[in-house]
Amino acid sequence: MSILTPVRGTARIYTVNPVAKLAAALLLSGFLIVTIDWVSAAVALVLESLLFAKAGLDGRAFFRRTAAIWIAAPLAGLTTLLYGVQDGRTYLELWLIHISDGSIVLAIATVLRILAIGLPAVVLFATIDPTDLADGLAQVWHLPSRFVLGALAGLRLISLFLDDWRQLELARRARGLGDTGRVRRFAGQAFALLVLSLRRGSKLATAMEARGFGGSTPRTWARESVFGSREWLLVAIGASIGAVSLGASIATGAVRFVVG
Amino acid sequence: MPIGTHGDGTAAARDDRAAAGLRAENWGWRHAGRSSWALRGLDLVIEPGERVLLLGASGAGKSTLMHAFAGVLGGADEGEEEGELLVAGRRPEETRGRVGLVLQDPDSQIVLARVGDDVAFGCENLGVPRDEIWPRVGEALAEVGLDLALDRPTSALSGGQKQRVALAGVIAMRPDVVLLDEPTANLDPAGVVEVRDAVAGVVRASNATFVVIEHRVDVWIDVVDRVIVLEPGGGVLADGDPATVLRERGAELAAGGVWVPGADPLGGRPARGQTVSERAGTHLLLLEAAALAVERVPGTVVADDIDVGIRAGAATAVTGPNGAGKSTLALTLAGLIPRAGGTLMATPELSGAESAGGAPTRPRLLRLGTRRHDVTPGADPARWASRALLTRIGTVFQDPEHQFVSGTVRGELEVSLKALRLAPEEIAARVAEVSGRLRLEQLLDANPYTLSGGEKRRLSVASALVARPRILVLDEPTFGQDSRTWAELVRLLGEQLDRGTAVVAVTHDRAFIEALAGQVLEVGAP
Repeated sequence: MSILTPVRGTARIYTVNPVAKLAAALLLSGFLIVTIDWVSAAVALVLESLLFAKAGLDGRAFFRRTAAIWIAAPLAGLTTLLYGVQDGRTYLELWLIHISDGSIVLAIATVLRILAIGLPAVVLFATIDPTDLADGLAQVWHLPSRFVLGALAGLRLISLFLDDWRQLELARRARGLGDTGRVRRFAGQAFALLVLSLRRGSKLATAMEARGFGGSTPRTWARESVFGSREWLLVAIGASIGAVSLGASIATGAVRFVVG
Repeated sequence: MPIGTHGDGTAAARDDRAAAGLRAENWGWRHAGRSSWALRGLDLVIEPGERVLLLGASGAGKSTLMHAFAGVLGGADEGEEEGELLVAGRRPEETRGRVGLVLQDPDSQIVLARVGDDVAFGCENLGVPRDEIWPRVGEALAEVGLDLALDRPTSALSGGQKQRVALAGVIAMRPDVVLLDEPTANLDPAGVVEVRDAVAGVVRASNATFVVIEHRVDVWIDVVDRVIVLEPGGGVLADGDPATVLRERGAELAAGGVWVPGADPLGGRPARGQTVSERAGTHLLLLEAAALAVERVPGTVVADDIDVGIRAGAATAVTGPNGAGKSTLALTLAGLIPRAGGTLMATPELSGAESAGGAPTRPRLLRLGTRRHDVTPGADPARWASRALLTRIGTVFQDPEHQFVSGTVRGELEVSLKALRLAPEEIAARVAEVSGRLRLEQLLDANPYTLSGGEKRRLSVASALVARPRILVLDEPTFGQDSRTWAELVRLLGEQLDRGTAVVAVTHDRAFIEALAGQVLEVGAP
């Protein structure tokens, strides 16, 4: 299993340009981070959940991928509940802990907001193939190809580093160094991995250079990165969910701008 | 994605591919920070379209020369250059893309995640128009004999396939010169043949100039029409058609480490001094596996139902196809990873425990950050302390770089002796002995990473032997070694066997098995 294993699926979302997914997720969260009320987050979450079925993940994959968010959101909510701004009636007071009307409302808003921003981002990123993303970043957003391709090739080395790490661990045991403290062993092993990774990196750079990478000739792209109507549609969906949510919260007067 | 067609258009495109000649005039290179020159005063002409096998002892500067011709040696901050090097009459940096280079390590040559994309990478860099790239990719893959889907993940390929993908990537660039720097050194015998055949096919179909560096003459002799032997330091030792060079210089080349067809690296002497009857008494059982199952990742058993006894003074060769779990078995026998099932028992002879067969000693203390390993070794090597392993089972890893833990060769040899808390005089004596035996005494202050391939291998074996383990486990010890290092290794292991050490070696090497192995354990046989 490699970090760069091509991501494949039959749903239409798989063929949408990764750059559009990135843009949609960014725009959506842009609207949702200006306010911290519960209305905008709830509206966004409702609208998003209508679309999750189209996200190219089955139920199991959906919850497996988003597990971290489902854990993080309630934890953040609990913290807000216990230590959040004191306002209205206070139900419990214990040393630093205050549970009040204000902290309850804020806790609910926090949980909803983390879900509303986190879920679509994870779901959109789950169907991004790193190679396609690199193509998009270089061809659609015109980021420097040296930087984008260098990063992509470097990413491929990560799975090799994981193998190296396991080998280094076994080698240390074989060489009589496995009994020392964990921290010391970790430090030594991390240094060895650093040395190995530099060597791997420079070998890869030579191999890339030998294939004409970094030359003065303008580069062509074997895979065309298309940004067409489907991509614009996805970006528009992301932006409108954000705009509608923010609009709803302003209309109901629930809006609480973070700044100002 | 479009797939290339192999019609008549191909041949037409091929015709305007002109071969280029290579020329070195009094050329030399010194790597930054080194006092001696890798190569100096080299005069060499390779005509357009020639197929050349470049030989020379380890450290003769062959790779440096290849990198220089490919224009990837780097600028003035990487080293000092003298004389002149020309590709088709121009400086190599100006001809990038006309010279293709395939290197030794399959893992460091694959750039992208999908086969098709990786082959296309060079074409993209050269600015080849998109609609021309994909036909070239399909054609190049066909030429190296790879029938793979373009979106096949490169991480799922074998070493031989990776090298062929790298070769296809070079071919797709339509270079005038193709340079191969030990392309088969990291491959098993099947992979070696696979890559050689791919290269032979490419050579037949193209009129490009070919230069290959390799120790194994027999692999390449039918593919090339000229052999050049470099002298350490720079000159040309021999040059001519393969048959003549081998006839006139064969013995000299063999002595220098080249695998000359028909020459026995051991010089006709057996690897072991003792005869079978002399050894009879030494066959004490040290380690026994019954119905053993092994896994690398918990829950994924890669080989099972293994029965084997490891005996003092006897060698066991572990063979089998790629991915059969040979390395995992070796690491399990070596006590480095826990077994997945079955039994693996060290006899009291090996563990040194007084009451074997009883309950294994439980760890007596549990300190934070300390592994739970038995203080007094029980029957299961995986539960022994790391220090307890040293004198019982030594391991030599496939990639020597994985086991280097020190900044100098001396430090590398001392590590395990210090872990055993030996007296300084004893440590000095043992380091002197083992470094002398393995020709490392000149290198004691060198950084292990800067050693040549053969030197790294000798060091990795020496650093395991220095602790005098009863069992020595080696993973592919002879991969990519020149014949001289090979013979040294085989003789050394023969001596260890005569002294009563048990040897377990994962290997594909027929000659190695014939020279040493008493029993062959085939893993994953259908």
